[in-house]
Amino acid sequence: MTLAKRIIPCLDVANGRVVKGTNFKDLVDSGDPVELAKKYDFQGADELTFLDISASSEERETTIEIVRMAAEQIFIPLTVGGGIRNIDNVNELLRAGADKISVNTAAILRPELLNEISDRFGNQVLVLSVDARRAPTKSGFEVTTHGGRQSSGLDVLTWVTEAISRGVGEILLNSMDADGTKAGFDLEMIRAVREISKVPVIASGGAGAISDFADAISAGADAVLAASVFHFGQFSVQDVKKDLAKRGFSIRL
Amino acid sequence: MIAILDYGSGNLRSAQRAFEISSSEVVVTSDPKICIEADGLVVPGVGAFAACMAQLASVGGKEIISSRIEKERAVFGICVGMQVLFEESDEKKMCSGLGILAGNVSEVRAPILPHMGWNTVKPSPESNLFRGIEEESFYFVHSYAAKKFVSGALNTTTFYGEEFLSAIERGYVVATQFHPEKSGAAGAKLIANWVSSL
Repeated sequence: MTLAKRIIPCLDVANGRVVKGTNFKDLVDSGDPVELAKKYDFQGADELTFLDISASSEERETTIEIVRMAAEQIFIPLTVGGGIRNIDNVNELLRAGADKISVNTAAILRPELLNEISDRFGNQVLVLSVDARRAPTKSGFEVTTHGGRQSSGLDVLTWVTEAISRGVGEILLNSMDADGTKAGFDLEMIRAVREISKVPVIASGGAGAISDFADAISAGADAVLAASVFHFGQFSVQDVKKDLAKRGFSIRL
Repeated sequence: MIAILDYGSGNLRSAQRAFEISSSEVVVTSDPKICIEADGLVVPGVGAFAACMAQLASVGGKEIISSRIEKERAVFGICVGMQVLFEESDEKKMCSGLGILAGNVSEVRAPILPHMGWNTVKPSPESNLFRGIEEESFYFVHSYAAKKFVSGALNTTTFYGEEFLSAIERGYVVATQFHPEKSGAAGAKLIANWVSSL
C-alpha cells in the first residue's frame, strides 16, 4: 500500500450557503454547507475545501462561523480559501478549525505573503490556488485573476516554482477553461505542473464523468477536487473512489 | 480528564472535539497544574520543529512533559508533537528535542513532500493503540520523521519513499506521526483505544 490518491469535494460558499455556477457566473444555490460537508464525509471524502466567494466582509464573517460549525462535526482535513489577504485572516481561520488555507490573488499581488504564512504556520497549512488558462506564454499556460477574467501576466510554471520556493506546501491547479464545462480536466496542464512541482498537486476544473478522475490522476494529480458533479448528485464521492480502486489506483475505501 | 497542551499550535479545536468523543472532559490549556494532573496529556504540534520547541519552551512545556514522564503519566504526542519527543531534528537547522525517545528526526526521502494524505500502517502485533484498526488508513501531513526503531517500544511503520515510524507505544508514552483527530472513524477508534488505557 502507498499513499492514497485523494478525492476532495469543494464547496463554494457565500453568505452561509453553498453556490456553484458555470465559470463563476450564474450562481445557483445548492445547499447548507455544514450538511453537505457531513454528507461528503459520510461518502468517504478524503478532505473538504470551502472556497469563500463572498463579496463583503459581513458575508465573510458567516464563513468563519461555517468553518467553526463544520470543524465541530467533521474529522477529516478542511481547507478554506477565498479572500485571504494577511496573517490575521489565516490565524482566524486556523483557530476556527481550518487545517489548511489556500491563497490566490493576494499572493500574486504580494508574493512575500507566502513566506510570511509558511514561516509562521508551516508549509503544510499553505495551499497555492492557481486559476490558470491556456495562453501564448512560455509554457502555454498563464495565471489569471478575477475568476479567470483577467490575465496576471504570470506564466503558470514560473509562478508555481516561485511559490514553492517561498514555502507553499501544495498546489491547487484550477483550469479556468475547463471549470464548469464538465468536459474533463486539462490533462496537459496537469502534466506540465506535475513535472516541475516538488509538492502535491490537486487538479480542479472540468470534472463531468467518473472516468475524468482516473485521467487526472494518470496525468499526475495527487488529488482531485470537484464541486458541482457532487452537489447535484450526478455521482457520489464513493462512486468515484470505487471506480478508481477498480482501475488499480491506491484509494482509501 | 484529558488536557490538550495549548502552546499556540494551529487547529486545536478539532483535536478537542475528536477527544471529546471518547472522554467526557477535555480541556485545551497551558496551565501547568492541570496539564500535570490530567489523566492524559495530548501534545499536538504543527509547523517547523524548532518553532514548536520554542513555543513549547514559552509555556514551560518541557517541564510539564518531564514531570509527567517522571510520574509515569500518559502522554500522547501528535505529528510534530511526536517528533519533539526524540533527541533532535535537522529540519532547517539542527535543533534539540526533549530526548524522551532515543533517535533523531530527518527528512523523509521521497520525491514529493510533504507526505500529505491517507496512508496505511504496519502496527506491532501487540499494539493497543491500533487494536481493531490494523488495516485502516490515517491522515498524514509532514516532511520529517523518525526512522530508527526505538528499542523497548512497540514500533509502527509506514512507507512513503522509505519506511519511517508512524507510531510509537512505550508504556505511558504514545505518539503518532499522523493526525488521529483528522483520520475520520479510524482516528476516533485509535483515540478511544488510548483513552480506555488511561
